[in-house]
Amino acid sequence: MLIDLEWLPAPAEDFRARVRALEAELAAGAGPGFLERVTSLAQAALDDSQLGQLARLARAMAARPPAGIQAIKLGLVGDGTLTLTVDPIIGSGLRHGLAIEVTEGGYNSGLAEAMDPESALRTAGLDFALLAPDARILGLDRAAVSEAEAEARVEAAFSHLRRIADHLRPSVGSAILAQTVAPPLDSLFGSYDRTFPGSPFAMAEALNRKIAAWAAEGAVVLVDIARWAGAVGLETWEEPRHWHASKLSVPPAMLPLYGDIVARTIGALRGKARKCLVLDLDNTLWAGVIGDDGLAGIALGQGSPVGEAFIAIQRMALELRARGVVLAVCSKNEEDAARLPFREHPDMLLREDHIAVFQANWTDKAANLKAIAETLNIGVDALVFLDDNPAERMQVRRALPLVGVPELPDDPDLYPRALAAAGYFEAVAFSDEDRQRAEFYQANAQRAAALSATGDMNDYLASLDMVCTIGPVDAVSRARTAQLINKSNQFNLTTRRYTEGEVMAAEQNPARHAIQIRLTDRFGDNGLISVIIADKRGEAWEIDTWLMSCRVLGRRVEQAALAHLASAARAEGARALIGRYLPTAKNRMVAEHYAKLGFERVAAADDGATTWRFDLAGYEAPDLPMRIIDTALATAGAAA
Amino acid sequence: MPATDTLETVRQIMEDVLNIDDLSISPETTAKDVKGWDSLRHVRLVMTIERKFKIKFKNSEIEGLMNVGDLVRAIDAKLA
Repeated sequence: MLIDLEWLPAPAEDFRARVRALEAELAAGAGPGFLERVTSLAQAALDDSQLGQLARLARAMAARPPAGIQAIKLGLVGDGTLTLTVDPIIGSGLRHGLAIEVTEGGYNSGLAEAMDPESALRTAGLDFALLAPDARILGLDRAAVSEAEAEARVEAAFSHLRRIADHLRPSVGSAILAQTVAPPLDSLFGSYDRTFPGSPFAMAEALNRKIAAWAAEGAVVLVDIARWAGAVGLETWEEPRHWHASKLSVPPAMLPLYGDIVARTIGALRGKARKCLVLDLDNTLWAGVIGDDGLAGIALGQGSPVGEAFIAIQRMALELRARGVVLAVCSKNEEDAARLPFREHPDMLLREDHIAVFQANWTDKAANLKAIAETLNIGVDALVFLDDNPAERMQVRRALPLVGVPELPDDPDLYPRALAAAGYFEAVAFSDEDRQRAEFYQANAQRAAALSATGDMNDYLASLDMVCTIGPVDAVSRARTAQLINKSNQFNLTTRRYTEGEVMAAEQNPARHAIQIRLTDRFGDNGLISVIIADKRGEAWEIDTWLMSCRVLGRRVEQAALAHLASAARAEGARALIGRYLPTAKNRMVAEHYAKLGFERVAAADDGATTWRFDLAGYEAPDLPMRIIDTALATAGAAA
Repeated sequence: MPATDTLETVRQIMEDVLNIDDLSISPETTAKDVKGWDSLRHVRLVMTIERKFKIKFKNSEIEGLMNVGDLVRAIDAKLA
């Protein structure tokens, strides 16, 4: 399943012709639906040649990426011949909404190039760099005679990698990715290899532990090649003939998988990971058709092999929910019948309160998926749809190419594997916000019920007992702040992405004002939901970044934020605020954000970017239906 | 599979690997005659041939190949 990317459908018969057509379209100016056409070509189990064809299309987009595709500059530094990995990474990038440009380090000269400020790697303006080490080049393929020598060799290999990373870091905008190494397949002693620190196997493992610890410190982002090599089997992964002939660290047959693993990691860093798993019911969560077979007729639960298979997929869905993936249901069923197992089947692991949106009706599934995305305030590109029925999958792929729709094997025992292998929910961190996300959506459903009960928006807001806490970005809030900066697409005025390091620099820069806002209400803690970074430019403060989680739309948090900005700017003698709106495919909802807050438009560019000015003279903060605790003002005062 | 069919399959594979439309080759064609057929593309070409024909070459079997005709003969020898 893994090597051939079997979670993806087979490519179109006329794949190459279609890529050609898109190249021509791009040259003439991409028309509406271009993103969807590219995505449906890329969302297929492509071989190395097809990825090469797609890579050419991606290269043509990199200078001016069409709406919905992010241009990424990736540096490749590693051991052996890397050239063959370039096209698979670029081609797979389009699968994840990325137009990647690769700058390749020279053959085994990574350190020299990293140290040279004039090298191609250092001057390319990289967003990311990928360290792709190979144990054989790092000198870990020959046994060490003693434990001390083994330690020294592993430490030398690791510090080589760390030096490359340290030298590259000033020239890399976002993050450095580091691969683990595939351990050697052939044993020296046999099982004793694991016990003896000097065996090549033990040294590779020791290096991998160091690389993992390095990633845990936050210095690099891990790409766990050792894990994947083990998953496909080292006997498949390690091909001596290609190492001997061409020093290919990743053998040719593994390139499509390898490219996707790299691309999905970069996608996750750029907020492209999916957010919601939408589940079909009949023969996806249980065996049988609940409407026909009834509660007693469906197979689910311990004691029968078929029933256990479906328990396994439910358990995986619950595990995903616990790490922050929102669950929804989309099924062709009568609603009462569809809900029955959730309410009454003793073996169901999934219960109604695990499901944020429950769509059971006879409308087509694409329409229901759209409704789910709208209810959750996310794009359809944040959805994954799991359905055993190939016809339904095809309908959804045709109508909504941006939805992730994994192919499922015939055997339900393998559903969890297909879902996991696809990597839709790839994550590079796990925060408290992730842990609580499912509850946020639950609470939102309750809020919606409260609103329909009162009917009046002001009464409703007042009834929420909201507490809005505004504070400076600090060490505690930094990780979540960076996460929000990189994930927020819709309520995001400028969509500027910053790493944790850059956020820390902003906190510490006295010429910048970086705040984070939290909101709680009687249904729960919404967590850190808004970030603003302003540049103090004397008379006027320029708002570099203003973003907010869509969870708290319509709660007047933006007005509280404006009141804060006004006070903070006044306290330092400013007389105006300047705001900018930079349009993207996703942030249209805030095109009039500044107008709504009373800013005056002072400039509009051809590309739709607008500039706004807010005169602080005469501004009085409005009464808001929330209690405001502002510690960022106190801090600013103390600092000044 | 007779040699002409093998040649045609190789031609199609080369079109895909080298991303060239309407490529024409003969048994006498060498890497020098085809744009983009460098040593790394050659690795990809051989890999794709192995996958399509479900065969595997040793390095020693590839090293001596001088032109497309040699390649086709090597494939046919594996298939025989």
